[in-house]
Amino acid sequence: MKGLTEERPAASAPRLDDAEFAITTDSLTKRFGGVAVVDQLDLRVPTGSVFGFLGPNGSGKTTTIRMLLGLIAPSEGSVNLFGHPMPAATMEILPAVGALVEGPACYPWLTGRQNLERIDAAGPHGDAKTRPARIDTALERVGLTGAQNKKYKAYSLGMRQRLGLAQALLQQRRLLILDEPTNGMDPPGTREIRHLIRELAADGTTVFVSSHLLAEIEQVCTHVAMMRLGKLVTQGSLAALQSATTPRVHVHTADTELATSVLRGIGLDTTLSDEAVVADLGDHRPEDLCRQLVEAGVGIREFAIQHPSLEDTFVKLTGEGFDVTR
Amino acid sequence: MLRAELHHLFRRRRIIALLIVLALVPVAIVVALKIAGPGDGGDGPTFLNQVTNNGVFASLAALLITLPVFLPLAVAIVAGDAIAGEAGLGTLRYLLIRPAGRSRLLGVKAVTVIVFCAVATLVVAVSGLIVGSILFPVGRVTTLSGDTLSLADGIWRICVAALLVAASLLGLAAISLFASTMTDVSIGAIAATLGILILSGILDTIPQLAVIHPWLFTHNWLSFADIMRTHITWTAIRKNLGLQAAYITVFASAAWARFTPSDVLA
Repeated sequence: MKGLTEERPAASAPRLDDAEFAITTDSLTKRFGGVAVVDQLDLRVPTGSVFGFLGPNGSGKTTTIRMLLGLIAPSEGSVNLFGHPMPAATMEILPAVGALVEGPACYPWLTGRQNLERIDAAGPHGDAKTRPARIDTALERVGLTGAQNKKYKAYSLGMRQRLGLAQALLQQRRLLILDEPTNGMDPPGTREIRHLIRELAADGTTVFVSSHLLAEIEQVCTHVAMMRLGKLVTQGSLAALQSATTPRVHVHTADTELATSVLRGIGLDTTLSDEAVVADLGDHRPEDLCRQLVEAGVGIREFAIQHPSLEDTFVKLTGEGFDVTR
Repeated sequence: MLRAELHHLFRRRRIIALLIVLALVPVAIVVALKIAGPGDGGDGPTFLNQVTNNGVFASLAALLITLPVFLPLAVAIVAGDAIAGEAGLGTLRYLLIRPAGRSRLLGVKAVTVIVFCAVATLVVAVSGLIVGSILFPVGRVTTLSGDTLSLADGIWRICVAALLVAASLLGLAAISLFASTMTDVSIGAIAATLGILILSGILDTIPQLAVIHPWLFTHNWLSFADIMRTHITWTAIRKNLGLQAAYITVFASAAWARFTPSDVLA
């Protein structure tokens, strides 16, 4: 972090800390050839949150991100970053925003390090004196230090993704917008990215991360929004979303009949799956259920309370599977 | 950012190779003249048959020969790739969110193209001057009017001629830059530019279309030769520069109008 914090914001830099929301969009709409790819989107991304922007491929996530960054103009509606309207405030706000949009893109004939030098020199706050140190730090954070002098064209997909992330981390950022950051990464790489996101969030950076892989993201998010066919299905804190769906109790036992009758006796609606009895927990306390099962003589192998995954929630909210819808 | 952009352009192997090829054109001409011997260039361009008497004319001969095709080709490659190349790689979106600023990015690209026009022309002129001086005698420079100038004065005029050639390329460069903002495929922009160049050349040869000839950006390209008259006639040169300025204004504005508000989907 040391190398990154040395970068002092310019005197004219707008104050971003006071804003309640890092990102807000109002009725944000983008039509391509009459088709609304993003439709009346009202996003609220609280400052300091790790915000999971979830949806199947083709649900309008990347188009939304392009509008957030001023790369494309909305057909309707507006975008604010830290309370400043985009794209009008592009030059003032974007130095505080790092982003990975639709995969990394670099010059194949340059090395990883030369690519970072090139992009850093292209914009404001890219002080040439602090550049080597900032590049060192960014490369280290994404684990590319050893490969920095290799040509980009020799990089694997995972390494390219890492370089894209390094590019987003070249400066101290207030907001990171990461579009599918784990694309092309192996499981250890994915874990590293999650770790990196947690680390950045701990420093107070707002992280807006899109993904079509719900399971990869739900572990790090504090907030989520779900998209389907360009429309917002739901958004809010992960806790609120989870409390809106009831947790389920799983009882693994050989005495499924006995367990079923005990739980039904308490008033639960049970179903049987393999060697487990499953029921919505409702208002019951897990410890009470467990005690009553044991007292009735049920031999319990495993007793678990499971919150439905984001994918279950998505399916429940939309009534359909989490796959490509367009 | 301009310095970084120039560094970025001139360290590309493709660009270095392009400049080397441009430098080799005068070498080929001069060597061919040396082998063929004097008196063989009777029907050739004006400056060509003077090279054997005075090596410095190789510079002007090289400019004359590279101006119709080689130099425009080089300029189209660089200017056509300026925006489309970044879009094709996807680096355009990262430059824009850096944020480089759309007008600023286009401005930097335009200045880089102008610098390239100057460098490419100078490479041709200097290469001709050096090879010509090595293989042929060098002395007082005979003007088109038949008088002679001191060598220093002659070389000075050659330098001005080279700058005029570079300036002649700017209209084409502006067209190419505009084409570059229209597509994500740089070869498309390059091909479109060369198509327009060829069209302009063809229209210029059709007598029935004489009325539009003064408006073709290639029409006054050879006016730089007037600089070698004892008393320089500026009329054609002035017309050429004015026309280039007009093309720059129109197409640079068009490029800006197209690029600054456009959706970047690449």
